Amino acid sequence: MASNGIKDRVAIVGMGCTQFGEHWDKGSEDLLIDAAYQAYESAGIEPNDVDAYWLGTMGQLSGLVLSVPLKIDYRPVTHVENFCATGSEALRQACYAVASGAYDLAMAIGVEKLKDSGYSGLVVSSPANDGTLGNMSAPASFSLLAPAYFKKYGLDPAKGKEVLARIAWKNHRNGAKNPKAQFRKEVPMEAILSSPKVADPLGVMDCSGVADGSAAAIVCRAEDAHKYTQHPIFIKALSFVAGPGEGPLAQDYDFTTFREVVASARDAYKQAGVTDPRKEISMAEVHDCFTPTELVLYEDLGFSPRGTAWQDVMNGFFDLDGTLPVNPDGGLKSFGHPIGASGLRMMYEMWLQLRGEAGPRQIENPTLGLTHNLGGAPGRCVSFVSIVGR
Amino acid sequence: MTVGIIAYGAYVPYRRLKRAAISEVLGIAAGKGERAVASFDEDSVSMAVEAARDALRTVAPANVRSLVFATTTPPYAEKLNAALVAAGARLPLEIRAADLTGSPRVGLTALLQAADAVRANGGAALVAVADCRIAAPEGKAEQAGGDAGAAFVIGGDPIAEIVASASVTREFLDTWRAPGERFAHTWEERFALTQAYGPLLGAAVRRVLEEAKCTPADLAKVIIDAPNPRAVDELARAVKLTPEQRADPLALTVGQTGAAHASLVLASVLAAAKPGERILVASAGDGAEALLLKVTSRAAGYTQPRSVGRLIESKGDVPYARYLKWREILPTEPPRRPDPDRPAAPPMLRSEAWKFGFVGSKCTACGTPQLPPQRICIKCAARDRMEPYPFADRAAKVATFTLDRLAYSLNPPTVNVVVDFEDGGRFMCEMTDCDPDKVEIGDEVEMTFRRMHSAGGVHNYFWKCRPRR
Repeated sequence: MASNGIKDRVAIVGMGCTQFGEHWDKGSEDLLIDAAYQAYESAGIEPNDVDAYWLGTMGQLSGLVLSVPLKIDYRPVTHVENFCATGSEALRQACYAVASGAYDLAMAIGVEKLKDSGYSGLVVSSPANDGTLGNMSAPASFSLLAPAYFKKYGLDPAKGKEVLARIAWKNHRNGAKNPKAQFRKEVPMEAILSSPKVADPLGVMDCSGVADGSAAAIVCRAEDAHKYTQHPIFIKALSFVAGPGEGPLAQDYDFTTFREVVASARDAYKQAGVTDPRKEISMAEVHDCFTPTELVLYEDLGFSPRGTAWQDVMNGFFDLDGTLPVNPDGGLKSFGHPIGASGLRMMYEMWLQLRGEAGPRQIENPTLGLTHNLGGAPGRCVSFVSIVGR
Repeated sequence: MTVGIIAYGAYVPYRRLKRAAISEVLGIAAGKGERAVASFDEDSVSMAVEAARDALRTVAPANVRSLVFATTTPPYAEKLNAALVAAGARLPLEIRAADLTGSPRVGLTALLQAADAVRANGGAALVAVADCRIAAPEGKAEQAGGDAGAAFVIGGDPIAEIVASASVTREFLDTWRAPGERFAHTWEERFALTQAYGPLLGAAVRRVLEEAKCTPADLAKVIIDAPNPRAVDELARAVKLTPEQRADPLALTVGQTGAAHASLVLASVLAAAKPGERILVASAGDGAEALLLKVTSRAAGYTQPRSVGRLIESKGDVPYARYLKWREILPTEPPRRPDPDRPAAPPMLRSEAWKFGFVGSKCTACGTPQLPPQRICIKCAARDRMEPYPFADRAAKVATFTLDRLAYSLNPPTVNVVVDFEDGGRFMCEMTDCDPDKVEIGDEVEMTFRRMHSAGGVHNYFWKCRPRR
């Protein structure tokens, strides 16, 4: 029994990412074509050079969603889905496929077209059921973290709310420097604090953007990487964990942690040989679907000791010019969250930063980057952690 | 065999509509007091379940051989509503169950039929009555009506023996509602008063007194229930009742609760009744039912923790406009969220004990209670070592909570809570009958059977929690 990882055996040699946001003039097939061709061009290859595809998108039934618009020449396309971590799951499968030697070049691509539904927020349909499953919206599920965290660590609710707002403020500040982000404007703290309530204590400005978008990565075995680019990035760790769902079942879960994240982080650090993430990780893209999620993730990922992440937030530790910049591209909050694309969008920022191509957001000489992608709800979720480096 | 009431229960919903609040909005004359209203997630079935659970505190469900559910507002026109009540009250499979509907008098009809069944077959019989009275705005019935439930277990060795009964039935047109109509029509008041209720109630009451060899003076309490309160006054005068003999009709606190009303008032009277006292109950509607009860010595040892009086005191106001929205009398802009799906029949059948009875499981290997019922223990991972473990009557506390302003609801914001049960077990559910701004971690809650939503003609029943009443 082991999770051995594939450290330094697979490289990303090309990536693409569309602008995220309201693409009223584009369908998901347009977004897929745009992201795929950006990735082909980035790797300097032709579509026919790719041997196999992994497609991450929500609620679709087959690989035809990709192969038909792209006119893929009779190659395997696997549709994968794992809640909001779908894009990362597609990447993980593609990496393992080339690592195994089954294929030479593989593409992981994710897409979501959320703005066509006509509804506010994310809508997920459930299979036929007995009507006992509840009707809780995503912001409500994640808002459960806030009062639990505040109470456990003695933050009064007003101070806690300020900590959460500071996270949103930071992510918007980063996103303002990113031409592909959905929201490219800094937002003052007062506007975040006073935004209309969605699920107390969370306001609209504590929630990630509902967006359309697509992102893609091309992967190959490490020894072939330099055939395609001067500056490949290498996979150090890929970890995926699905939990038993203790949150709504067991009294000892206290809603101040994601046990799935703790487990996947531990696994990823072991694969990559990281022993002190607070010091060794240069930058991270984490799953900031709602502000309290990012707060709790700092501790679950080992960036801050338990009960202290809120202090790191307030003193700018995670700011773009801080010691460990988190969500330098604006995160789900400001870049937007088209479900199937988000995990690959996170990796796209690692790709830019590690290659020195992040423009005004460029972090000085990063060596190890981490992406964290989560799907589900506190106490019942799946978690992905990757570590990449030069 | 002495047959009568061996246990009883009642349910008055938490919400009250002040009659002055109606007149303020509609600009009509204000009535006095307030009426009880079923919340947006309640109906006659859910209220009957609450009353039945209350009545079954002291009776083993396995002794119950039949159930009659009486109401004028059944949620289903076709499909046995009583089957839902039986599932919510966790009655055994081997019972006879029936719906009785069509007239407010069916509450007492159900009680008398249950007594007949016990005399014929032995065992115990459950009677659950509830009504959710809807009437057109501006009408008298909207102000006078109320929503509530009551339940009786009928059996041998009772706390109140049924000494005599009388039934009369006559065809006349007073109150009627065709299938598909929301509001009932009524004939001109004087007609029913002089030609129907007066004479028919009078006949039933006189016959029951005769049969029991009693005079009106022998009665400790008299409950006369008629659609028109003047009919009650006239009859009371005619048989020379003193004001002390007449039971409080709960008009100012609850309202006239249709088929449930005579039973609800009877439950409130029984709470104070002393051994040896005689109680007369009569209810009118296309005729009348009357019965005479004699309180036995067993009543002295019977307690009713959640009495009608206590339920009346436990309350919170609802604004009239919101009440109209709850009853879907006032159409409102739907949220930009998908409508909920209807629940599916096969999964509902598979999880019947869980969905309707709120029965979870307890691991026999490590003793951890858990809900919904699991096959593999969340604590020790033992496989298929579970035994059924009912949670419906267990106390719990709020572990954490949120106010969901995005989820679809007729009564936003939805209060979602994580609750921990005192003896183990955690559940995530909606909290109802509460003030969203006052919810706190540590609040004590109890479980309540509710209608979650309706879709595709299917009413989805399940459990929520509420602050302890």
